Amino acid sequence: MKERLIGRVRRVNGPVIEAEGITDAMMLELVRVSDARLIGEIVKLSTGKAIIQVYEDTTGVAPGNNIYGAGMPLSVELGPGLIGTIYDGIQRPLEDLAAISGTFIQRGIQAPSLNRDKKWEFTPTPHLAVGEKVTPGSILGTVQETERIEHRILIPPGGAGSGTIAWTHGVITEIAPAGTYTVDEILASIQPLDAGTEGQSITAAMAQRWPIRTPRPVAQRLSPGIPLITGQRVIDTLFPLAKGGTVAIPGGFGTGKTMTQHAIAKWCDADIIVYIGCGERGNEMTDVLTEFPRLIDPRTGTSLMERTVLIANTSNMPVSAREASIYTGATLAEYYRDQGYHVAVMADSTSRWAEALRELSGRMEEMPAEEGFPAYLPTRVAEFYERAGYMQTLAGSEGSMSIIGAVSPPGGDFSEPVTQHTKRFVRCFWGLDQLTGQCPPTRPPSGWTVIRNILRMSKPGGTNGPVTAGSRTGRRS
Amino acid sequence: MSGLNKLYNQQKALLSGREYIGIDNIDGPIIMVRNTHPVGYRDLVECVDAGGRVRMGIVLDTSVDAVAVQIFEGTSGLTLPGTRIRFRGEPLTIDVTERMLGRVFNGLGKPIDGGPVPLGSAEMDVNGLPINPTERIYPRDFIQTGISAIDGINTLIRGQKLPIFSGNGLPHNQLAAQIARQAKIRGEASDFAVVFAAMGVKHDVARYFIDSFEESGVLENVALFLSLADDPSIERTLTPRTALTLAEHLAYTCGKHVLFIMTDMANYCESLREISTLRGEIPSRKGYPGYLYSDLAELYERSGMIRGKSGSITQLPILTMPNDDISHPIPDLTGYITEGQIVFDRDLHSRGIYPPVAGLPSLSRLMKDGIGEGMTRGDHPHLASQLFASYSYVQDVRSLASVIGEEELTSFDKQYMEFGQEFEQKFINQRRDEDRTIEQTLEIGWHCLSILPPEELTRLTEEEIDTYYGR
Repeated sequence: MKERLIGRVRRVNGPVIEAEGITDAMMLELVRVSDARLIGEIVKLSTGKAIIQVYEDTTGVAPGNNIYGAGMPLSVELGPGLIGTIYDGIQRPLEDLAAISGTFIQRGIQAPSLNRDKKWEFTPTPHLAVGEKVTPGSILGTVQETERIEHRILIPPGGAGSGTIAWTHGVITEIAPAGTYTVDEILASIQPLDAGTEGQSITAAMAQRWPIRTPRPVAQRLSPGIPLITGQRVIDTLFPLAKGGTVAIPGGFGTGKTMTQHAIAKWCDADIIVYIGCGERGNEMTDVLTEFPRLIDPRTGTSLMERTVLIANTSNMPVSAREASIYTGATLAEYYRDQGYHVAVMADSTSRWAEALRELSGRMEEMPAEEGFPAYLPTRVAEFYERAGYMQTLAGSEGSMSIIGAVSPPGGDFSEPVTQHTKRFVRCFWGLDQLTGQCPPTRPPSGWTVIRNILRMSKPGGTNGPVTAGSRTGRRS
Repeated sequence: MSGLNKLYNQQKALLSGREYIGIDNIDGPIIMVRNTHPVGYRDLVECVDAGGRVRMGIVLDTSVDAVAVQIFEGTSGLTLPGTRIRFRGEPLTIDVTERMLGRVFNGLGKPIDGGPVPLGSAEMDVNGLPINPTERIYPRDFIQTGISAIDGINTLIRGQKLPIFSGNGLPHNQLAAQIARQAKIRGEASDFAVVFAAMGVKHDVARYFIDSFEESGVLENVALFLSLADDPSIERTLTPRTALTLAEHLAYTCGKHVLFIMTDMANYCESLREISTLRGEIPSRKGYPGYLYSDLAELYERSGMIRGKSGSITQLPILTMPNDDISHPIPDLTGYITEGQIVFDRDLHSRGIYPPVAGLPSLSRLMKDGIGEGMTRGDHPHLASQLFASYSYVQDVRSLASVIGEEELTSFDKQYMEFGQEFEQKFINQRRDEDRTIEQTLEIGWHCLSILPPEELTRLTEEEIDTYYGR
């Protein structure tokens, strides 16, 4: 949708902007502020006024500056080319940003999330032809994204954000033959058959957008039954994690949260890894960036980077983008889950995300609950962890998204709000202890796994091979 | 629309020369001005008092109704009707140049050594910009500090940020000065510089550093930014940013290896808390603002090595832990951002051990990639791990001895007690001017371990034990 002027700046307080003269803005709409085109999001709306959370440094923004609405919520772009890329918290590719602005990230710079010029080899799903009936989320065709990842192009589910139609079934009116296409070229047109959609059509290209705060739809949620083999003895034996499960790793500084996450990202048997560096050190992300391409995955013999998407919002990058980075990561993971993959999301650290919530809440002058955290902290924590699960996808296959979240309790005190609320909503808990001095330093008495009794070690005689979706016989929920 | 914007910008340029007479409110270092033209967030402000003295400030909060300005030089002597305000319409910048080395500045970057203002070669925003993580190089170069407690078991790497967690009265300044004197990359004559930022420290501390740099003849490679205990506390929030801006220029434009020392982070955080309280912000732990983590990260993350640039910034922040409490928000948040920490122990200090580096809580996160064959010596990683493990067991034995008495210990545990003594007295303890090579450090480490029976050394390989044990 075309960008339009929606109002003016009234007050600037750090990353939070009050706007006035707002006419037709929508909640959670993506906006750009002032001439610098700083990216922001509307988080509160009242008559004529809005509160905007800006994802970049607001230095120089003055009352009276224009605010432009993008007509859609903050979204990520999904399509081939995600794997192996390193993004910031709002899905700007950091390597492209470096090409534009050099060593330092200048304000207001833009780069497309997916490469616009690259052509991908598209193979349509064999039986699809004009006149064929399709449903949202079904597989249109495939693209070999990396040596090991076959990217399945999905018909966009629709129904999220303005400008998209909600539909349940339709018929193909046009489909592209096998060949090479860029991510923007339209591969198929679909005529929805729902009541009230007459005269409208859905187009599908390789790239599609999805708002980050809305979970992507699935056919149904299944109960998790297969273990995610992490490759860490103490974890797999005593506190196993299911595919589609959630785990919190709390520990004070220097206890080995990041090392554990790195180890799991390297050796676990998930198909895709989404690694979110949320408010952590720049050098840690550099470590991942230099180490992963060199490491070879023992299961496939290809580089570990061939299955990894990195999201780096280091501690010195803007705080509101840190808040968004968790959702960006979750949405990318859900997209691969919908293609029928098992995805593991590493979130390091969810405490930094909660602190970003607290900082923004404070700037909005909201009444604090515990330790200055907003009262909606537990809701947000729950919403995030509930996006994980073992699902039957809209395309009919099975995929999962597991969340492995690090928690950094201040002073190593597990009674603080973030650790406490996280414990309520996760299924596993790996408490790290500095004194053990092992790697990973999980101390047996401080860990637990709720679903241990329903996990079946489905591959007797070894845990080296991948556990396939077909071997699972878990109960349907 | 763009036409409107252009008009607006022209208007803004015109307005930036406008001067407002009279302010509406003064509360500590923060003043409020009403009925202004639109003023940009974090823009630079000049505030002229009745006597004509110009003070600098930045915009903390801006809205259609009022603008809140934080004055760095303090507000004492300002009057409501007599104060004149100019909004400069640009963020706070400083002129940086290589010629600032060998000079002394205040927290705002103005010379206070009586010399002229150095001619700047670049104008840079003091707030800096985040470094793109893809442009960083993972730090791997071993820095030899000549101090066994650091080189041996908490190795400093070029581009690392390694704070010293100390307490009042502990010799953190001596250690920082010793590191600044002795730090070198082996086999490399490098172009180095030291940038020193003092926030709220006493005059004698600043004097100590200046004298120490002078004695070792490096003063012409040092730039000092001093915001001492009797300077306005608000200036301290800017001091490290000004100093880091120069450090970035020296490292990434002039290609120097910069050692950045800042002391004392506790004073910096207290100034932040002061402003936050005055602004009526919702506090988080111990009254510190909720953004303390982000704010500290903005400072600490301005370090490292960058692709295609020959220089680097290695940070050595010093912080005194209030009441020696490592779980206090300042050391706690610092520890989450920095790549390790050197923790001082009052007990070691009272036993006359210098530097009083506590063996167990100290840590260098980048050590693993900077030591070993080709960098220090092949046995270094295992030796460090063994020293740590054995010293950790010594603590268990000591707590046992405090219950049952040292006489009752088994002869095996007594060997550990002896090892602990030797480790603290010979390995950690050293003279304040002693510059040990890494080989000497490792030798002392082996000397200590040779007290223990070889079968106890489970983290070393047999070849390593054959080569070095008992020699």
